[in-house]
Amino acid sequence: MIAGVVAVVLLLVITAYACAGGTDYGAGFWDLTAGGAERGKRPRWLIDHAMAPVWEVNNVWLIFVLVIMWTGFPVFFQQVFTAMWLPLALAVVGTVLRGAGFALRKPSRRLAGRRLYGAVFAVSSLLTPFFLGAAAGGVASGRVTAGTMAATEAWANPTSLLFGLLAVATTALLGGVFLAADARRFDAPDLDGYFRRRALGALAVVAVLALVTLFVTHGDAPHLWHGLTHGVGLFFVVVAALSTLATAWLLMRPSGGWARVSAVTVVASSVIAWGMAQRPYLIPTSMTIAEGAGAHTTLRWLTFVTLVAVLLIIPAVALLYWLDTQGELEGLTDADLRRGGSGDEG
Amino acid sequence: MHIAVALLTDAPAQMLPARSMMAFTLASHIILVPLGVALPLITLVMHGYGLRRGDPDALLLARRWSAVMAVQFAIGVVTGTVLSFEFGLLWPGMMGRWGDVFGIGFGVEAWAFFLEAVLIAIYLYGWRRLPSRIHFLLGLPLPFAALLGAFGILAANSWMNTPRGFTLDSAGNPVDVKIWKAIFTPMFGPQYWHFVVAMFVTAGYVVAGVYAVGWLRGRRDRYHRLGFTVPFTVAAVLTPVQFMLGDSIARQVFHKQPVKFAAMEIVWNTDTHVPEYLFGRLHPDGTVSGGIKIPQLDSILAGFRPDTRVTGLTSVPASDRPTATQATITHFAFDAMVFIGSLLLLLALWYGVLWLWRRRLPTSPWFFRGAACAGVASVVAVECGWITTEVGRQPWIVYENMRVAEAVTSTRSTGLWITFGIVVAVYVFVFGSFLVVLLKMRTRWRLADERSGPATPAETPETDTPYGPRSAVTAADTSRTGGDGPSSAPGGRP
Repeated sequence: MIAGVVAVVLLLVITAYACAGGTDYGAGFWDLTAGGAERGKRPRWLIDHAMAPVWEVNNVWLIFVLVIMWTGFPVFFQQVFTAMWLPLALAVVGTVLRGAGFALRKPSRRLAGRRLYGAVFAVSSLLTPFFLGAAAGGVASGRVTAGTMAATEAWANPTSLLFGLLAVATTALLGGVFLAADARRFDAPDLDGYFRRRALGALAVVAVLALVTLFVTHGDAPHLWHGLTHGVGLFFVVVAALSTLATAWLLMRPSGGWARVSAVTVVASSVIAWGMAQRPYLIPTSMTIAEGAGAHTTLRWLTFVTLVAVLLIIPAVALLYWLDTQGELEGLTDADLRRGGSGDEG
Repeated sequence: MHIAVALLTDAPAQMLPARSMMAFTLASHIILVPLGVALPLITLVMHGYGLRRGDPDALLLARRWSAVMAVQFAIGVVTGTVLSFEFGLLWPGMMGRWGDVFGIGFGVEAWAFFLEAVLIAIYLYGWRRLPSRIHFLLGLPLPFAALLGAFGILAANSWMNTPRGFTLDSAGNPVDVKIWKAIFTPMFGPQYWHFVVAMFVTAGYVVAGVYAVGWLRGRRDRYHRLGFTVPFTVAAVLTPVQFMLGDSIARQVFHKQPVKFAAMEIVWNTDTHVPEYLFGRLHPDGTVSGGIKIPQLDSILAGFRPDTRVTGLTSVPASDRPTATQATITHFAFDAMVFIGSLLLLLALWYGVLWLWRRRLPTSPWFFRGAACAGVASVVAVECGWITTEVGRQPWIVYENMRVAEAVTSTRSTGLWITFGIVVAVYVFVFGSFLVVLLKMRTRWRLADERSGPATPAETPETDTPYGPRSAVTAADTSRTGGDGPSSAPGGRP
């Protein structure tokens, strides 16, 4: 029972990471594809400014995923990290390069430096979600078992590859949709259209990949296929499909923020559909949630800690996003950091 | 001894690369931790002072420190994420068996860190537009979030030193977990306070050190004096406290982890009237070479009496204790930490006595030379303290319950070495860039100060300091702060 609750928490946190982190990686994806220094100047400028205040917050979700995994389901954690060693190691290297590239790109002033950090940031924005997705695909298709050593087969298989590509495509979708909204917020209507077109493209790719994935799981991950086509899993698949259509419709016109809601719904319901389809397994057909669960006391405390934290954090996050959308949050400029800078003039 | 040799040859090949990688990434991360935990408080002190006195210099310092915090925090998030991955990539055995016993601390830490990330984003980006008082108040919870995060990490680490809160079933697996006992283990209190105060002391000396260098180069204006005095005072007040805490934690180790204490003091045989060695090397046959020997002192320090019985390394089989080399490393790290701590105490006394007596800063350049070095020295001391506690626990990853060799990943050592190589290259790049960025920011600010007077704000968005401005979009209205809010800039200079 309590293990089920923690499993739901884990799924929700993964969903949150897929959405928040995904948006963030997506911005990197469009940074990578923005073209040369001159042509890509404006999109890149928007990407920098849109990402800045909420960057760390988006990425902290990943740490929760890990903590809940090892505290709530230690054996599961052990097996996943043993079998998926390589993709996870590559993902972590990608995370480092990405974070550092982003943090350091802004303060560096020369074009060469900015190019270098920018390239590092953008390329790793592509690789990290791919490898995380591939690892998830290995879990979903039941390739992680007690005895699995780090083997290529565990993550280089149809389901994993598709999960990886799907992860990249969804990040591109989210990134495009959010950047389009940011473009309006920053009064750059040309970039609104620019990113909406790209988001539509990404949405088409997501839809195609999702269909292919569904088809492939039929043979490659039968349990997942069954879960996705029956019951709660099917329900979320339908929600995902409907919100895909809604997103497409919303993206065709210069709308308000609703495309963001529907795009997040696409991603969230896909992730939840995957989680629901896996029931009652953590790793389909080899480890159930009950088998993988840690000590009961710990699970109860973990739930309690999460509850308290949610109560503390929701107001804080709400405040952050509210201030951010109100335009109250602004980075310090050089002028503020000078003696007699504008910050003193209030 | 034969067993030890046998164990060493039996140790899985992946242990060395796994250990090296963990040690390297943690050692790198730990450099950022003092600033992450303590810089918010020091900045807030400066910020509060500036608001209260309407002091533009203090506010300028607080703003600049925020800019540093921004870069430092972003890098810290990244290196911290690496560590959480490494638990799985390098030590899956430990997490698989013990994750549910001691993982809850990480749960607390993760949420605290989340809160900190949110608050820090608000604080860093709130300078320009939020009303000054509200901006300051929103920053106030930051130090507490940092302390809560430290709570989680230290709970986990002290559990590894003195694991409690579970019983073992016949298969050797932990059952009957008692969370409360697993968090508040015997070493938790001493480790927590020692760590937290170390962070404040270190951050204080590091920040003050920057301005001490400026002072030595002749920049002795009010700005530099403030930038030096506030962080240095925080550090100097806490240094004697840290000295007491350090003494107390050593005695706790003596009681709770006697074999680690023996390694720290290179005590070979259990005995009374044990001498203290300042540095010196322990050899596998139990002899000590080099170092300064002070008769009786170790017993006196451990139990206040020369006839205190101190447990030696040989009290447990060779397979259950650090090797002679590990003991020597532990001992050197411990002595280096105590040595640095003592020097810092002298420096703090110099400062404190003059202040209480004459109400002024010391004038001797030697004081400022010392202060300039204190930052680096205290970072070294933090590293040494961490080496002491980690190497001194060997061969255990969970003291007396799981060996490092049992916890290590089964991934081939070649793969680990390659990954380690990549990680080193990436970290050198990241930390190198971090340093370059900091130095450039410093130079830029100094040049701007020397030009003096408000500089031209006409800069492209590309040239902004970290977390550049949104102002660029609407540069016209945001560089003026007048009409936007009640008091959109925190300065309040009339």
